[in-house]
Amino acid sequence: MSMILLARYAECIFWFARYVERAENLARILDVQETFSRDNRGQQNWLSVIQINADEERFKEAYGEEISAETVIRFYLTDMKNPSSIQSSIRAARENARTLRPLISTEMWSQLNIFYNRLRELTEADATPHRLPQLCVWIKEACQAHTGITEGTFYRDQGWYFYQLGRLIERADQTTRIVDIKYHHLLPSVADVGSPVDVAQWNALLRSAAGYHAYRRKHPSGMKAETVAGFLLLDDFFPRSVRSCVQEADRLLLEMRTRFNLRGGGAALETLDELRAVLGGKSIRDIVRAGLHEFNDMIQMQLGGVTNDLAHDFFGGALQDLAGAA
Amino acid sequence: MSALAGYDPGHLWCELLGGQTGRSRGPISNRLDAFSLEELRRRAEAAERELYNLGITFTVYSDKDAIDRILPFDLIPRVLTAAEWQHLERGVIQRVTALNAFIHDIYHDRRIIADGVIPADLVLGNSNYRPEMVGVDIPHNTYVHVCGIDLVRDEAGRFLVLEDNARTPSGVSYVIENRHMMQRAFPELLKGIGVRPVDSYGPKLLAAMLDIAPKHIADPRVVLLSPGVFNSAYFEHIFLAREMGVPLVEGRDLVVIDDRVFMKTTAGLAPVHSIYRRIDDSFLDPRAFNPASMLGVPGLFQAYKKGNVVLANAVGTGAADDKAVYAYMPRIIRYYLDQEAILPNVETHICREPEGLAYTLANLEHLVVKPVGESGGYGIVIGPKASRQELDDLRVKLKADPANFISQPVVGLSVSPTLTEEGVRPRHVDLRPFAITGKETWVLPGGLTRVALKKGSLVVNSSQGGGSKDTWVLEA
Repeated sequence: MSMILLARYAECIFWFARYVERAENLARILDVQETFSRDNRGQQNWLSVIQINADEERFKEAYGEEISAETVIRFYLTDMKNPSSIQSSIRAARENARTLRPLISTEMWSQLNIFYNRLRELTEADATPHRLPQLCVWIKEACQAHTGITEGTFYRDQGWYFYQLGRLIERADQTTRIVDIKYHHLLPSVADVGSPVDVAQWNALLRSAAGYHAYRRKHPSGMKAETVAGFLLLDDFFPRSVRSCVQEADRLLLEMRTRFNLRGGGAALETLDELRAVLGGKSIRDIVRAGLHEFNDMIQMQLGGVTNDLAHDFFGGALQDLAGAA
Repeated sequence: MSALAGYDPGHLWCELLGGQTGRSRGPISNRLDAFSLEELRRRAEAAERELYNLGITFTVYSDKDAIDRILPFDLIPRVLTAAEWQHLERGVIQRVTALNAFIHDIYHDRRIIADGVIPADLVLGNSNYRPEMVGVDIPHNTYVHVCGIDLVRDEAGRFLVLEDNARTPSGVSYVIENRHMMQRAFPELLKGIGVRPVDSYGPKLLAAMLDIAPKHIADPRVVLLSPGVFNSAYFEHIFLAREMGVPLVEGRDLVVIDDRVFMKTTAGLAPVHSIYRRIDDSFLDPRAFNPASMLGVPGLFQAYKKGNVVLANAVGTGAADDKAVYAYMPRIIRYYLDQEAILPNVETHICREPEGLAYTLANLEHLVVKPVGESGGYGIVIGPKASRQELDDLRVKLKADPANFISQPVVGLSVSPTLTEEGVRPRHVDLRPFAITGKETWVLPGGLTRVALKKGSLVVNSSQGGGSKDTWVLEA
């Protein structure tokens, strides 16, 4: 009887996890962008960061046409008006955590609280290319500390499952975005193929997903656009690959339904099963041939569908209809 | 410099050292004095930082952001002896018993009005009187399940009742968190002293909520109903839900179907039987009360009247904790219990009575005048501190609507040594013990000691710059 979970809490936990994961991914992208992503003229392509997050219009509204390291960093680090900035994400995570405090451990709350308060003290002066690497390391570590504290203290009831589902779905979504944008930007011009610059860019892409060393273990030599994209999308063992995330989400949802005797989640499970089959059955060559962008799009749509199904079945969507009838 | 150097409570009662005549040091004050001021400051800072990081805060919302503030914590404890506590406990139980008898009466036979002990309009015309409750029977005739009675202490060390909080008194989370903080920040002071624990509040509250749950339910489910994160006491709601191990719900999580209450869970609707609510009566159910309420649950009151769900505190208790009714409490206790009040009121002049008004107008500059409908210290005028203009304004208000006011003499409130910028100095304190009543009444040993941090200030409310202290009840 004590194992019940309020629908509203399930939704909060799901998004709580997503926001922290989102902030971590953004910190990774910014960090790598600053450190590694220079093209052969030493120029950094900051536009791609905006494209990953589909923020072109919002950015233009706030900062105009000028896309520089300074403006992009400010936009994604300290701009509270930008809902996808790191500060906004962590604030949203904390507001969810505030609602969830009866459920989460004190340590989870306390760490996030300290993290947010420090983040809030950052000013525009901190949001410079020069300070960025250090800040990104700190943000990544704070997000990882959060994940670690959660792993070590969060009670393994339904809440835990919704937390994991949120994290995995967000991570999978982020990985498709990185692959999608970067792949097109990094498609080499004929002259660049195999040049040191080309290799450095692929390095950077892998590093932004913390996948460089893992990639090297699987592909000790060579660095090709296709194999990198394939690794990030389809690898069976890499924790940030889309396939790993989908497999894990699929497994957890099934387990949760069984353990807690939940009727909902059938549609989401079906979608995850399908995705899992697709990701396990296709080669990167097939995917690229049929269109990588279309593939990423399809995955993002399906993940959005899973989120909607979870919302309907677990977060009160179905109950709303019921309450309306009462 | 030792901690207590320069500490002088003057003519006031000191909670650590006693009255002006016969002050004495004991093991606690000696131990305290052995600390240097610097050491105290260091620990106080660490404690406040920890409270902030742990989120033991109340939240103030501005347009842009949620600002978390801690209730300032003073690490020098307020100490009550075993004998003092025994007296207080008896007094609180007596008062809660009388309040429950009174509320039951005003929603049933109204004997007390018929017998002329209290004017009918004071009760029936009270904005917090709920005619919807007339004739409704509730388990054990308990209305005030959680009561927080505000007490002060005069120069002679007598405890006096300042206010009965019979609706949704808050602050108990600080009592327990302050103790935890004390144990971390100042373990040497506590060691071996024998202080009564405060940890059982959650289990006692849960037991009371089960005590009053509908009898026909084998395994009743308890929830805590909160207005949500925007409420300044949200931390306390979290705290109590956790201590009781029950879901913290908001109105939107509940639904009433066929006069039964359910909560929306991931597995569908789950029945709810016993609700500790921290929402005022008027917001509880838009169908029964304020129709504009977005916080409540449509149909909840009907389910309550049918006995399918219980609410604590009961609906309609506000009619008893009004400052106007407060003035009659000694007579109410006498009427129902045939006893004198163990804890007397502060001498109170009822301005609706001609003598009371005349006395108040004649002595305005010596009196504290309180509007009867307000809470949280708002609207209070302290005569000796008021300007001529303020007194003139007050005089006009008093004459225009005398029934809206009571007045009391300025009590030389007791003080407790408190860490301030200048060192350890006397600051005024009050005490809010918390009583839980299901079948019977239980009082949490101690209670919330609030301290007015500003020099000379008599206002201890958290909304007006007060802080709090750990309250120790000695075992022997």
